[in-house]
Amino acid sequence: MSHSHTDQEAHNAEAMAEIKKVTIILSVFTIVELILGFWMISLTSEALILAIKGTIVILMMAKAFYIVAYFMHLKHEVKNLIMTIVVPLLLFVWFIGAFLWDGSSFRNLRNNYNPYFKEQATIKVEKKEHGAAKHEAKDAKHEAPAAKHETIGSGHETAKPEVEPYY
Amino acid sequence: MSTTTTASPNEAKLWGGGKSPFNSEYGKVMMWYFLMSDAFTFGAFLISYGTVRFSTNGWPNSNEVFKSFPFAPEGVNAPLVFVSIMTFILIISSVTMVLAVHAGKNMDKQGVVRNMILTIIGGIAFLSCQAWEWNHLFHEGAWWGANPFLNADGTASTTNFTNFFFTITGFHGFHVFSGVVINIIMLIMTLMDKFEQRGHYLMIEKAGLYWHFVDLVWVFVFTIFYLL
Repeated sequence: MSHSHTDQEAHNAEAMAEIKKVTIILSVFTIVELILGFWMISLTSEALILAIKGTIVILMMAKAFYIVAYFMHLKHEVKNLIMTIVVPLLLFVWFIGAFLWDGSSFRNLRNNYNPYFKEQATIKVEKKEHGAAKHEAKDAKHEAPAAKHETIGSGHETAKPEVEPYY
Repeated sequence: MSTTTTASPNEAKLWGGGKSPFNSEYGKVMMWYFLMSDAFTFGAFLISYGTVRFSTNGWPNSNEVFKSFPFAPEGVNAPLVFVSIMTFILIISSVTMVLAVHAGKNMDKQGVVRNMILTIIGGIAFLSCQAWEWNHLFHEGAWWGANPFLNADGTASTTNFTNFFFTITGFHGFHVFSGVVINIIMLIMTLMDKFEQRGHYLMIEKAGLYWHFVDLVWVFVFTIFYLL
């Protein structure tokens, strides 16, 4: 009886140590991600930014692994159960690769064959002072009911941006 | 045939009948499959976001869009600060959830109650942060179909950015809300001694799986929207 009791205690200590370890790992990875994020703000080199983004994605996957394996306890399950969950998720490899490739191919096609789309990416516009046109009208309605008619009217005229965003 | 005898003793024990070959309770296995399907839903959202972003020439700079902080003066430039607080709130509430599950395994009712309360507080804190951020962005003019922000290079931006942001963080926030409701129900059941009567705290484990999944999704949403 006393033997099983000490077994239980040892198991408990082990589990608590694991929780502590994973908490520290998750916090450290998050802090590293944030440091990289702050660092990236001041950078201009495309290649370096891409490398940092790659590092952040790797850290993200590592965090996901630790949450699933230890917090969700999947690592301690029977192998068959792990396989029925992990193998279907491998579809994401195709899913991400195919769709991002398709997206970038669509951009190239539009840049090659749609001059209007390409032009949009070169025309700089003024930053709107506060909010989109729809909100403007709504805000104005709240603030000054008397001026409602006028504001909405003018809102309609100025609302149309000179450069329509192209989807 | 001879092939029927080639199963190893271990396999024969697992699949020989009379017990779960997954050595797990039915409800827990089903929770795992539900979470797997939910992962595909979130994956589809995030990958469609990625596809649209890859097919567009310019995109708003997240450090300019998400630079505000509650109670800070207008025009403060604090990128990443508020969202990192949200991230840590969710990580810590995930840790308290693990501790609740662990206490449940030891039939420690006090430990379950304490950690469930902490987890619920964490969930509510996260939802409050998100409510503040949504409200702030709305008052800047951002909403579904309205994008006041320009692309990072100063060109006109489409509403894709705000549409995806509000849809995906909204869907995640709804999951957090459901998780908080589930956790409150679990807390009430614990206080009513339901699990003591059953002789096990397996329900806490299932609620824990859901809560960790919510944290897991935030790891991806946070990285993709705020860092990349």
